[in-house]
Amino acid sequence: MERDDLIVNDSYALNAHHSEEEGVAIRKKIYLVTVILSVITAIEVGMGVMFKRSETFTWTAIKWTFIVLTLCKAGYIVMSFMHLGDERKNLRNAVILPYFVFILYLIFIAITEGLAHYGMDIMFH
Amino acid sequence: MSGEAKAAISKDVLWGGGRSPFSVSYGKMMMWYFLVSDALTFGGLLIAYAFWRASAVDPWPIGEQAFRALPGLEGEYPLAYVALMTFILIVSSVTMVLAVEAGHRNDRSSVLKWMGLTIVGGIFFLSSQAWEWSHFIHGGGGFFNLAKEVTITAPNGEDMTLQAGERVYMDHHFGHLMEMHLQDPLGVPLSEEGGHVVLTELGDHPHEAHLHGLKLNKYIEDETLVEGDAMMTLWNARSENFGFGAPIPGLGADWGGINHSEYATQQGYSNFFFFITGFHGFHVFSGVIINIVVFFLVLNRVMERRKHYEMVEKVGLYWHFVDLVWVFVFTFFYLI
Repeated sequence: MERDDLIVNDSYALNAHHSEEEGVAIRKKIYLVTVILSVITAIEVGMGVMFKRSETFTWTAIKWTFIVLTLCKAGYIVMSFMHLGDERKNLRNAVILPYFVFILYLIFIAITEGLAHYGMDIMFH
Repeated sequence: MSGEAKAAISKDVLWGGGRSPFSVSYGKMMMWYFLVSDALTFGGLLIAYAFWRASAVDPWPIGEQAFRALPGLEGEYPLAYVALMTFILIVSSVTMVLAVEAGHRNDRSSVLKWMGLTIVGGIFFLSSQAWEWSHFIHGGGGFFNLAKEVTITAPNGEDMTLQAGERVYMDHHFGHLMEMHLQDPLGVPLSEEGGHVVLTELGDHPHEAHLHGLKLNKYIEDETLVEGDAMMTLWNARSENFGFGAPIPGLGADWGGINHSEYATQQGYSNFFFFITGFHGFHVFSGVIINIVVFFLVLNRVMERRKHYEMVEKVGLYWHFVDLVWVFVFTFFYLI
């Protein structure tokens, strides 16, 4: 089994001092992510203004587009800004996997029960 | 265990048990675990909102119709203000990550510069949110109920029959003076001459509000602006029952209290709005405070004595998390 408590290549946060050149590369990446996040937000706002909510398939597609774009943004923030992407794989999994298990279940149960509740309200209104 | 001696571990980075799990410091790992639990709290709140919305029978307000005001301007700018708030928060997240990067290079003056800008961004965001809350509490002009059934010609040319009790919404400026007129009819007189409805606020700087249009189904689907003769038909069919702003217990009591607020058709919407944005705003507020504390630690050269800027990194994690939550609040409250 892979040992993850050993410090290899000075990667431990307290020891991780970057040189000027490394700093330039990291800043370049930060600015790139900034542009990506701003562009995604602009697209979201534009779509929000342009499209009206309705019962059509188009709106369902737009709704899912919003959710996918949001998850993209979240991914960039967590992996790049919070640099979870640079941490050990085990820490990454320990943070992300339990969260997704809980949240996906909660989303499933809340929407299912919410719609059932809606059905009963309509039936006994 | 063959891997035991793979690398020399310096004593000052080991935890109490003589190891460094995940090869991160104890503080950083606990910050991550705290953020996971906090994310579950926010996830739970947003999912409760989803439950409420999925089970709602009455129409649900539409984000770009509920949020289209800009400070000091009349007219409609859907999502413009919240887009600005989102951008401010993203930029403050960028300045934070630049502060962390400067910390890794032991560049104290850059850390101070970027952290300072982050604090400014956070304060900007909080002020924007204060304005948005205030706008939501005071309402977009209020409404009155119809006293009797009326039939009007809708803007699309079709006849439209409205039941007694139906809500008719006023615009922001007119509604504001109407609210004052109801409290003080002499100080803010109402005149209706030649089919022209004017409210005048007397005083040192008298000003007027004209009735230009009334809205049906404000904030929800099929929003309709009614003008001209049809508008006057609605105006003349008004009852004594007016409602203004968000339901703040105690404040709306003059007009029948909580059930008569502008947003009472979907009480759940404003409840969740204030709770979730308030809880997020509290996180931003505490983030600004922690940022200020760490700013002064850096200023006093504490990090230089410790020989690392990990404290900046930890407060950075918290600050990015606040941005992360806003990304979801933005999508689920304003867009979908």
